[in-house]
Amino acid sequence: MTAKRRGAQLAMLTFAVLIVMAAYASVGLAKDGQLPAGMLGYGLGLGGLMLVAYLVLAKFAPWADPLLLPLVTVLNGIGLVMIYRIELGGEERASALNQLIWTGLGIVFFTLTLVVLRDHRLLQRFTYTAAAAGLVLLMLPLVPLLGQNINGARIWVSLGGFSLQPGEFAKLALVVFFAGYLVAKRDVLALAGRRLLFIDLPRARDLGPVLITWVVSLGVLVFERDLGTSLLLFGTFVVMLYIATQRTSWVLIGILLFVGGAFVAGQIFDHVGDRFDVWLNPEKDEYYNREFGGSAQLLGGLFAMGSGGILGTGLGSGSPSLIPLSFSDFIIPAVGEELGLTGLMAILMIYGLIVQRGFRIAIVARDPFTKLLSSGLAFLLAWQVFIIVGGVTNLIPLTGLVTPFMSAGGSALLSNWMLIALLVRMSDAARKPPPQAIQNEGLTQVFQR
Amino acid sequence: MNGTLKRVAIGVMVLFALLLINVNYVQVIKAEELREDPRNRRAFFARYENDRGWITAGDVVLARSKDTKSDLRFVREYPKGEVYAHVTGFFAPENATEIEAATGSLLDGTDSKLAVRRFIDLITNKPLKGANVELTINPAAQEAAYNALRRDGKRGAVVAINPKTGAILALVSVPSYDPNLLSIPDRAKVVENYNKLDANKNKPLVNRAINDTYAPGSTYKVVTAAAFLSDDDSRGPETMVPAPQVLNLPNTNVGLPNYGGAACGAGRVTLVFALERSCNTPFGQIGMDLGYEAMNEQAKKFGVGEELNIPMRVGGVSDFGKEEDLAALAQASIGQRSNRMSPLQMAMIAAGIANDGTVMAPYLVKQVTGPDNSKIITENPQPLGEAVSEDVARKLKDMMVSVVDRGTATRAQIEGIRVGGKTGTAETAEGRDPHAWFISFAPYDNPEVAVAVFIESGSAGGNASGGGTAAPIARDVMRAVLRQ
Repeated sequence: MTAKRRGAQLAMLTFAVLIVMAAYASVGLAKDGQLPAGMLGYGLGLGGLMLVAYLVLAKFAPWADPLLLPLVTVLNGIGLVMIYRIELGGEERASALNQLIWTGLGIVFFTLTLVVLRDHRLLQRFTYTAAAAGLVLLMLPLVPLLGQNINGARIWVSLGGFSLQPGEFAKLALVVFFAGYLVAKRDVLALAGRRLLFIDLPRARDLGPVLITWVVSLGVLVFERDLGTSLLLFGTFVVMLYIATQRTSWVLIGILLFVGGAFVAGQIFDHVGDRFDVWLNPEKDEYYNREFGGSAQLLGGLFAMGSGGILGTGLGSGSPSLIPLSFSDFIIPAVGEELGLTGLMAILMIYGLIVQRGFRIAIVARDPFTKLLSSGLAFLLAWQVFIIVGGVTNLIPLTGLVTPFMSAGGSALLSNWMLIALLVRMSDAARKPPPQAIQNEGLTQVFQR
Repeated sequence: MNGTLKRVAIGVMVLFALLLINVNYVQVIKAEELREDPRNRRAFFARYENDRGWITAGDVVLARSKDTKSDLRFVREYPKGEVYAHVTGFFAPENATEIEAATGSLLDGTDSKLAVRRFIDLITNKPLKGANVELTINPAAQEAAYNALRRDGKRGAVVAINPKTGAILALVSVPSYDPNLLSIPDRAKVVENYNKLDANKNKPLVNRAINDTYAPGSTYKVVTAAAFLSDDDSRGPETMVPAPQVLNLPNTNVGLPNYGGAACGAGRVTLVFALERSCNTPFGQIGMDLGYEAMNEQAKKFGVGEELNIPMRVGGVSDFGKEEDLAALAQASIGQRSNRMSPLQMAMIAAGIANDGTVMAPYLVKQVTGPDNSKIITENPQPLGEAVSEDVARKLKDMMVSVVDRGTATRAQIEGIRVGGKTGTAETAEGRDPHAWFISFAPYDNPEVAVAVFIESGSAGGNASGGGTAAPIARDVMRAVLRQ
């Protein structure tokens, strides 16, 4: 029998806000020797937002997992503090106020998703609409006049002064599509085909959707020069396919297709090939001094992490101004420098916990669509963290992606808060006790009042 | 579906485990390598995080830190630049020299003597503030020495010492350099400026006062005289010594002549006369008579060969020379051959004689005060040793006064004050101009200053001499000290 555990949730949420406030105070103390002037405002702002989120959750999804909201609050809050700190360090592109406003909008999106979407299974009806929406959003930056090239990637759309990354929303729509599509087709995809050398090969016509996703992913890679999103979408699709069909052959086919595509792309496009050279030998002067596609960014981040060591310099005492893009793609090295290995591992554990809570929803859930959608979203989050954190720590070749809930940027905050709202909605459904069957049918029932 | 779900969930845990292992690898195993990579500019920035203490002399600020409020927070400035460059040294992006280096841990506040203060700063989160170093330098004497030496493009050094304490009152090496040029927080520019200075043929970066040694010439005769007087208490300034026109050097076919081949009295002269005229032959003979051991021992008693830290290490370790034959000994006894002294050492010799025979250890730091004005280090004069007895010292002082009164150093006279001194004009090599030297002290009764002036070969013309070129500079420096 599951309990609602709302008291525990509120206590943890308070703790999460306190952690963030302490981090915020520590920046001010390190920088000026006093508590930052805006501390109360920021604290009340974040605390108020989270209280709203909590109340919405308590009202509209009372059975939801009590851990999700506090965990996300810590990440979002630490991200805010880091951006505030980086802004103090003289980075003009970082604005803590903007990030706080976007966080507020994120909570609005979270609330709207929970209020409007009372039953997530409705989404299954919009499977192909979601596919169309996802593709349109993905391709929006390619529209002339609308799309913008920033840092070599064409993933931005400019609308009346606002810059948005439609790809952030596209990934949610596409996961909804994958889940709906796979629920409908999984039997065919799982059972048809023939066996060849221990591997169950699917029928050629069933390969269609895989190939389409593959082509779309490569399209993103080639036309938008966004290796990260390409890898993110294709990986998520392959894993959802595996979950739905329980066939390892899909994973192998997927890996072969992506590696093949990436290899060809590496041969044709310099910027993809460079990533591999830099990954293998980031410390080489030849790569370090290269103006474009060199290892200066990556090494800048690694220097920060090495300098932070085990305990870090303390918030406000590091040099994030020496880390390129410290407010966006490279926020993890900035955390590693100031909070040290200890703080960085804590952050990674929090991501890990959120992801595992997501998979837990999938295992507890009773219908295949909920299982696929919740595990798909959980994997999407995990895979994104792995690609960007693995990239900036040189575990894998670096591909630019937003660090969920932490990097500066509105679109990502909005879409990730929506992702959490979907998980909350599904966990509410999964943990809610099934409707009580009428007990003790028979004559005695008449006398019960 | 739960089977594959669990497998994927485990797979994701593996991904996170890989991330965790990798950040451990980066932040623990590779951390040191990454921290020390020359392209990691954090160490460079950290250097400018400390509110580095000031270096002062009297009321004059020699080095100070300016708060720029930017990323490179505290930048070093030297308001008096070249005049004090060889005292203060410089604070470059990757190293420091002289006082900046020798008292570095006090100036940047990391010294263990400042641990309590540092702890308070740490918990109150203030930028680390260093201690201020006040030097013994007398600004008037330093400027007098620098200006006099720099005139006419001379190269050389001046060291002035308070004979009673060993406090260094002036330490000048010319040509000098502007330490501001080497303390810019920009490694590339500093390297460029340094290389330019290093390539200069006049060697402005060399601290001639303490880091190089030169043949002391006739100034060394006071040491030879000290050994001669110490050898027998009955000897005095009026003791007769042999003074041939040319001294025969055993086992050679060359002789040791007097300066310019001149005669020195009538074959036998008093010791004081030999010193006044700076005759070579009597002192060459004395050296040979006393023998290598006695001569070398006397040199050591004045501090020759001692490793000194004032507090920077004195790189030019003076040396009387190795034991060779008698001919070499005769030459070393008049400050030639392999006899090599630093200007600091010669000032210590003058100071030791002035201070009744006791040589005080030379030092530059008068006091160090913490950021809270607490005294961390205070002046504490230490004797280095007794070079000669009080009696011998008095005889030497008397003779040195005669040298100034009526000998080769009349240009060092100061009206109303009894000055003692000794000139030196050291041959460097056949056909090359000599070094000009002068050592002195004043006043006779209560010595307040001892000076050594050294002018390098070739920088003051062919007829540079201790009496003509170096003595007036010493006089200016002594005047500057005594005027106060």
